[in-house]
Amino acid sequence: MLALLTRRFGDLDAADDAVQDALITALTAWQSGVPESPAAWLYTVARNTLIDQLRRDRASRRRLHEAAPELTAHHTTAEQEEEDDLIMDASSLGDERLRLLLLCCHPALDRDTQVALTLRLAGGLTAAEVAAAYLLPEATLTQRVVRAKRKIREAGMPLSIPANLDERVDALLRVLYLIFNEGYLSRGNAHVTRVDLITEAIRLTRQVVDELPASAEAEGLLALELYHHARSGTRVDALGELVLLENQDRTGWNLDEITEANARLHSAMARMSPGPYQVQAIIAGHHANARTAADTDWAAIAELYAQLGRMAPNPVVELNRAVAISMADGPLAGLAVLDRLTGLDEYHLFHATRGELLARAGRPAAESFERARQLTSNEAERRHLERRATEVAS
Amino acid sequence: MEFMILIHGDESSPRLAPGDPGFEEFMGSWMAYNQMLIEGGHWVSGANLAPTITATTLRHTPGQAPEIVDGPFAETKEQFGGYYLISAENLDEAIELAKKLPMDSGSLEIRPVAFRPDAA
Repeated sequence: MLALLTRRFGDLDAADDAVQDALITALTAWQSGVPESPAAWLYTVARNTLIDQLRRDRASRRRLHEAAPELTAHHTTAEQEEEDDLIMDASSLGDERLRLLLLCCHPALDRDTQVALTLRLAGGLTAAEVAAAYLLPEATLTQRVVRAKRKIREAGMPLSIPANLDERVDALLRVLYLIFNEGYLSRGNAHVTRVDLITEAIRLTRQVVDELPASAEAEGLLALELYHHARSGTRVDALGELVLLENQDRTGWNLDEITEANARLHSAMARMSPGPYQVQAIIAGHHANARTAADTDWAAIAELYAQLGRMAPNPVVELNRAVAISMADGPLAGLAVLDRLTGLDEYHLFHATRGELLARAGRPAAESFERARQLTSNEAERRHLERRATEVAS
Repeated sequence: MEFMILIHGDESSPRLAPGDPGFEEFMGSWMAYNQMLIEGGHWVSGANLAPTITATTLRHTPGQAPEIVDGPFAETKEQFGGYYLISAENLDEAIELAKKLPMDSGSLEIRPVAFRPDAA
């Protein structure tokens, strides 16, 4: 089957992946009954995967060639064009992709526009898909992209590898992580069908890692995303309720993804260029590699959050450190850290965390859960907090 | 390309006058910036403007004669105080040059010049 697909599509790796995917799909699909011709079933599923992939690759190539000349047409001087031609000759398609990604995340564009452009031009999404992912009317999204393209063209924004590459890569990684988080956090929202922002973010991060093999932070971000994605199937139960990390079914975590994340993190850290994404990946790795919740090395995680806070001071990091300390040294130690925290009064997770720690310390906690519930709009989270408020009150 | 850097700052904040301690250093940093633009081939034009109390706005409404308004266009905390007209390869270079302005408050607006009749 693999040979057949390889001959038909001329790409062994892709064919291999498609067959593996088909087998995994079969595991769940065949639970309700094995089809009459299992081989034909598998072949069809694998072939369809490959055709989809080809179509997507072709669309992305076409978009690139359409987008890039249009975006540069109005401000290239003859000299610059010559120089660009030289670079183009020596470069691969991947280099063009990186330039396009960097342009989409240019600091002269606002954050929402960066996200929209990245998904629309560099990613493989249609305007309708991006709009749906962010719960926006399609016209608003289209308008945003049209305006951004005009600004890029008329304000003289270059499609070249910038001189301050590190700074610009930071901005690009921030956008990719934002997209990933949007996908991750919206998972609990069962009533809305969204395109898979998580998969898209991981795919784009892989491209950046391939193009910037020297960037430890890009690979650190990829490891972080893979660790989270490996656990995403167990975050919500069959009823759409949130499952806390300590209660998640660890046998449901994707071991292949955790293994890849471990290798990516190892490779990133070997470059001896630490950064916030690598530290967050190390933390996620501690969770992902702990066989049971009780095996988690909370003291190490608390120290990592302290390190992260020193790299990028942020009260949310301090909140996470409080949780880790409470797990290592008891709820009172965690509450002591929370009491020194300011600026999170409007953040629902601050009150949810406070509620959990108060409950564990045997103190009244219902009020904190109720305050947290009022501050979030995510339905699954609201139900969870309501349940906790009732549990601790009884 | 040519870019216009519009310098916005708070006029009411105290400023140094000739003879004040530190005035020489203050002026020196601006002269050094100008020199950097000239030597780098970026200089087109630049000027410090008289305070907004001297400003007059000409506001156009379609189908009507232009209205002459006393004062600057918008009443905000910051006022338009000066400009540079520079030559730069693209927006990235213009931003880098604007970042070197010796300012620690206020804001700068950067816009490409669409058309300048006296341009070479």
